[in-house]
Amino acid sequence: MGILRIFERHAMQIILMGLNHKTASIDIRERLAFTKEDIRQAMDELMQVPFFSELCIISTCNRVEIIVVSNLSENQSHQITNEWLSYLSRHRKIDTDEIRPLFYIKHHLDAVRHLFRVASSLDSMIIGEPQILGQIKESYRHSVLKKSAGVLINRLLHRTFSVAKRVRSETGIGDHAVSISYAAIELGRKIFGSLHNKPVMLIGAGEMAELAVEHLVRQNAGPVYLVNRTFERGLQLAKRFNGEAIRFDELLEQLIHVDIVISSTGASECILNKFQMKKVMKRRKQRSIFFIDIAVPRDIDPDINQLENAYLYDIDDLQGVIDVNLNQRKREALRAERIIDEAVIRFEEWLNNLDVVPTIKALRNKIDEITRFEIDKTCQMLETKNTCQLHSSLERMANAITNKILHDPIQFLKGEGFHKDRAIYLDFTQKLFRLD
Amino acid sequence: MNLESLTDILFALVLFLYALSTIWYLAFVAFQKKFLAQIGSGQLWAGFTSHFVLILVTYFRIGHIPAHNLQYSLSLTVWALVAVYLCFQFSMNIRILGVLVTPISTLVLAIAFSLPNPGIVIGKQFQSIWVSIHVVTSFIGNGAFALATCVGIFYLIQEKAIKGKRQGFFYNRLPALDRLDQMSYACIAIGFPMLTIGIMTGCIYAQIHWGHYWTWDPKEVWSAMTWLFYAAILHGRMALGWRGRRLAYLAIIGIFLVLFTFLGVNFLLKGHHGDFTNF
Repeated sequence: MGILRIFERHAMQIILMGLNHKTASIDIRERLAFTKEDIRQAMDELMQVPFFSELCIISTCNRVEIIVVSNLSENQSHQITNEWLSYLSRHRKIDTDEIRPLFYIKHHLDAVRHLFRVASSLDSMIIGEPQILGQIKESYRHSVLKKSAGVLINRLLHRTFSVAKRVRSETGIGDHAVSISYAAIELGRKIFGSLHNKPVMLIGAGEMAELAVEHLVRQNAGPVYLVNRTFERGLQLAKRFNGEAIRFDELLEQLIHVDIVISSTGASECILNKFQMKKVMKRRKQRSIFFIDIAVPRDIDPDINQLENAYLYDIDDLQGVIDVNLNQRKREALRAERIIDEAVIRFEEWLNNLDVVPTIKALRNKIDEITRFEIDKTCQMLETKNTCQLHSSLERMANAITNKILHDPIQFLKGEGFHKDRAIYLDFTQKLFRLD
Repeated sequence: MNLESLTDILFALVLFLYALSTIWYLAFVAFQKKFLAQIGSGQLWAGFTSHFVLILVTYFRIGHIPAHNLQYSLSLTVWALVAVYLCFQFSMNIRILGVLVTPISTLVLAIAFSLPNPGIVIGKQFQSIWVSIHVVTSFIGNGAFALATCVGIFYLIQEKAIKGKRQGFFYNRLPALDRLDQMSYACIAIGFPMLTIGIMTGCIYAQIHWGHYWTWDPKEVWSAMTWLFYAAILHGRMALGWRGRRLAYLAIIGIFLVLFTFLGVNFLLKGHHGDFTNF
C-alpha cells in the first residue's frame, strides 16, 4: 500500500465545509452570512494560508459553505477547519466552540456530490427552487476574479453548473408552483391559458395578496383594480401597482369587467355571495372568472365555486395544490439523484486522469529525449564513418537507449532506505512491465 | 397491378399508419415528451395523405365520389375528421386531441375495412358536381362536430379537475379551459357553415334530379334538426354566453344527433339515402 500513499501525498484534496438551514438556526446563519465585500476580503486573507491552493465561498440566506482545494491529506484536514473557524471568530465575533458542531465537513467525492446536490436544489429548504444556481455562479465569479479558482475549482464548478442544468431540464424538479402566489398563477393559466391583459382586482390588502398581484402583473396581467373599505388605502395601493382605486360599493359593478379576483380583507363575514355572483355572471355573459380568497375567515362564499365558469380557490385549496406539487418534486428529486450519481462518477474519472496524465506525459518526454539524443549522436557518427559500420553503430545506439531508460528505475530498485517495502516495489515493477 | 388491388393495399396502409400514430399519441400522453407527438403527427399526416390518394383513386375508378356504401362513407368520415383535426393542430397547436382522434379514426376505419365491399355499381345519378360538394361539405361538417365533441370531453375532464381541486392524470396534460372552450366553439363555427352548404347543395341536387327541393324525407328532416340544433348553440353562444360546461355538454349531445342523422336514419327509418349504408 505504500506506493499508493506516495501518489496520494501529491494529490490535491477537495474539502467542503459548511452549515445550512438544517444544521444551524437563522440566527447563526445571519451572523455568518457573507456580503460580496466579505467574500473578497476573506479570499484575500485565506489565500495567504499556504495550504489553501484554491478557494470558493458560497453564502446564501440558507447556507454558508467554503470549498477548499488543499495539498493536505485527509487526516490533516482539521488544519483547514481550524483556519476557517479562526477566521470566522476573528471577523464575526463568534465563539468557535459554539459553531464547530454546526459545520459539516465533506471530503473529495462527498464534497463533489454535496455541491452537485446543492446546485441542483436538492438540498434547498424548498426543493427545486431556482435561485441557488445563480448564487453559486456568483460565488464562482468572485473566485475567478480573485484568482482563487484553479484547475480543480474551475472544473468542479463548471461540472456543477452543467449537472444542475441537466437536473432542471431532465427532471420535473422545478415544475409546479410551491408558493401560494405561484400556485394561484398556475391555476390562472390553467383557466385562461394566457394571463396577458387579464384584468385583476385586489380586494383588501395584505402581504401575500399583494405578492400575488405583483406576480400577476409580471405575467402581463392587468389593468389592476384596487378595492378597499378605506378609499385612501386603495389609492395608495393603486399608485404602487399603477392601477385604479375602486370604491367598495362599486365592487359588484366592477366584477363584470375583471377576470381574476384576489381577496384578502379582514371582514368577519363573506363580502360576496352566490346569489350576487350569479347575477354578475349573467352580465359577464358567463365569461370565466377566477377568485383567489386568501382571507381567513373567508371573504367569498364557497358556493360560488358551483357556479358555471366561476372558479374559487381559498387558502386551504391552494395549500392542497402546493402539497401535491411538493410531493411531485420529491419524486423528481429521486431521479435527480441518479443524474448526480452519474456525474460524480464522471468527475471521479476526470480526477483520476488528472493524476495520471502529467505522469504519463513526463515519462513519455523523458524516453523521447533519450532516444532523440542517441539518434542525433549516431547520425553524426554515420556522416564521418563509412556505411559498413552502420550495423554496429545502431547496435551501440540501442544499447545506450536501453541503459539510459532503465538507469533510474534500476537505481530506485537497488536503492537503500525502504528495506521493508522493497518487496512491494519489486512486485509493482513486475506488474508494471508484465514481467511475470 | 389493377386499380382494385391498389386500393386494397392503400386501404391497409392507411389503417396501418393511423394505428401507428395512435401508439405515438398514447405514448405522448403517458410521457409528455413533445417529440412523441411530433412523430405521431407525422404519421397521421402520412396516413391522411395516403387516405386522400385512396379516395382519389377510388373516385377515378368508380367515376364519382366514393360514399355510396357503408365502407366508403365510413372511410370518408374518418378522412374528414382527420382533416379537420390536422387543420386545428396546425393552427391552434393542440396536440393532446390526437389521443382521442387517432384511436377513433383507427377503430372506425378498421370497421370499414372489415366490411364487405358490395362492388362497383356505377350510378350515373352520382356523377354531379352537386353530389361531390354535398358529400364533402357534409362530411367535413360532421368531422368538425365530432372534433367539437372530443374537445368537449376534454373540457369536462379539465373543469372537473379545477373545480374539484383534485389534479388528476390529465390536469397537466390538457390545455387551459378557455382554450378548450374556444376550440370547441371554433369547431362548431366551422362545422355549421359546412353543414349548411351540405344541406343546400343536397336540395339543389334533389331539385335537379327529382324535381323537388324538399320532400320531408327522414334524412332531410333529421338533417334540418341537426342544423337547427347547432344554429341554436351558435346563437346561444353569441347572444347568451353559452360557454364552458354548457357548450361541452351540447357538443356531446350534438354528436349523437349527427350520428343518428348519419347512420341511425338509414338503419331505423327508410329514406332516399339508403344506398349510403349498404354493406
